[in-house]
Amino acid sequence: MREKLLSMIEKNSRIDLKELAVMMGEEEIDLVNELAALEEEGIICGYHTLIDWEKTSIEKVTALIEVRVTPQRGQGFDNIAERIYKYPEVTSVYLISGGYDLLVTLEGKSLKEISGFVSDKLSTLDTILSTATHFILKKYKDHGTILNKNYEDIREKVTP
Amino acid sequence: MRSPLADKVLTIKPSGIRKFFDIVTEMDDVISLSVGEPDFDTPWHIRDEGIYSLEKGRTFYTSNAGLKELKEEIALYLKRKQGVEYHPQDEIFVTVGGSEAIDVAMRAMLNPGEEVLIPQPSFVSYEPCAILAGGVPVIIDLKPENEFRLTAQDLEMSITDKTKVVVLPFPNNPTGAIMEQKDLEEIADVIIKNDLFVISDEIYSELTYKEKHVSIVEIPGMQERTVLINGFSKAYAMTGWRLGYACAPKEITTQMLKIHQFAIMCAPTTSQYAAVEALRNGDDDVLEMKEAYNQRRRFLMHAFQEMGLECFEPFGAFYAFPCIREFGMTSDEFATKFLKEEKVAIVPGTAFGDCGEGFLRISYASSMENLKIAMERLSNFVARLRKGNG
Repeated sequence: MREKLLSMIEKNSRIDLKELAVMMGEEEIDLVNELAALEEEGIICGYHTLIDWEKTSIEKVTALIEVRVTPQRGQGFDNIAERIYKYPEVTSVYLISGGYDLLVTLEGKSLKEISGFVSDKLSTLDTILSTATHFILKKYKDHGTILNKNYEDIREKVTP
Repeated sequence: MRSPLADKVLTIKPSGIRKFFDIVTEMDDVISLSVGEPDFDTPWHIRDEGIYSLEKGRTFYTSNAGLKELKEEIALYLKRKQGVEYHPQDEIFVTVGGSEAIDVAMRAMLNPGEEVLIPQPSFVSYEPCAILAGGVPVIIDLKPENEFRLTAQDLEMSITDKTKVVVLPFPNNPTGAIMEQKDLEEIADVIIKNDLFVISDEIYSELTYKEKHVSIVEIPGMQERTVLINGFSKAYAMTGWRLGYACAPKEITTQMLKIHQFAIMCAPTTSQYAAVEALRNGDDDVLEMKEAYNQRRRFLMHAFQEMGLECFEPFGAFYAFPCIREFGMTSDEFATKFLKEEKVAIVPGTAFGDCGEGFLRISYASSMENLKIAMERLSNFVARLRKGNG
């Protein structure tokens, strides 16, 4: 039940629990309890909304920054990751295998703001060896959802 | 001028769905729960394999029976799913959808005047195919009190000395009925005792919501007297690819293959390559789609219960078959009125046989959003009818 519940609310966290209980063939109270447990255990970490900012008049710029760092003795990458994620404009920090160490995503109002952050704040941190900033030009698909696509049922309307 | 037409064709009634189709297509903004195919696109990796085969220039005929690797995958699949063995070499061949397999099986097995038992409500093709093959269709009315399963008693009562073939359309379109192990064992006894053959259309085999699907060929003594029909349309959402298959003892497939060879040559090559991918790597897709259907199925059953609409719980395919007898209207009247007043299209049960009278086929191969709106409208409609001011 847990896995199914998670995969359902991962797709739609606003789904009506009564309806979800019917669809899953479970009791609503069991779902409520399970959700509370999942939150308690820190498995559900938050409920977010997927917004296509492009369609608003609000300017938003997203950048992906590859960061190479010198790991610290006894700490690995944890300390430096923490230094970075404390900035509120940083939306995610991942430790990555391969050509660089950390992948940082950043949201800002303009290119200037983001480049300012990278040059003033990020690059100046002690253990950082280098950064490479990639600006996102267009989002086609985000969190498993295709943006700008309306579902159209093109099947024949009546078939045996 | 004399008639250019064959008498046999003239005796066949046009599909009951056609009239309904004409009304629906003329209306705008109709929510259609009348569709007998998945609402999902074919999973991308399967489509990709079809595209790749085109890029590689695999655009020629395959052998009549189909690609060797596809037949081998089908054999592995049947072993994996039903635990039965078919030789890919001479007991399996690939058809243009399950529909072709139905037609070819009838033509290969029936002599003029021999009777085919067809349980109804069921898919629209069996009866005309039987007639075109020169056989005589004999209808068995399935009963709501048996959850539209075929019972040994109903079967036995329809057998004459001319009976040769029994069609087994389970999991069933339009009722959503299934046959479980013990149901199959009971009818298998009758079939063997009367030396009959079976055409088992198991196109919805992947879509069952109770125990896993049991095939009649799993019952001892039945594989040698059964033509097993299945395909890719429903399980893998591949209706437009037109690909199915038939499995039977060599004695039967050899003759079926002759008809297939002369009428069809071979099933579409692109589809066959895509189907290999479906069987090799498509299990998870099937499970995911099945889970979505199951959620909608539960939602529908709950909605019927809330509005007090009688419906036995369907455990197969993606249809529910609620009863509307309480309203004193025919299925056709109900469906037409509902369509005109609420703009939701559902197929009258009579499109699948006379004994579908008093029932409607509701397809839940449709988005939850659509199903929600449709059930709200059905609930309003039903309430109006009950008040008597509908």
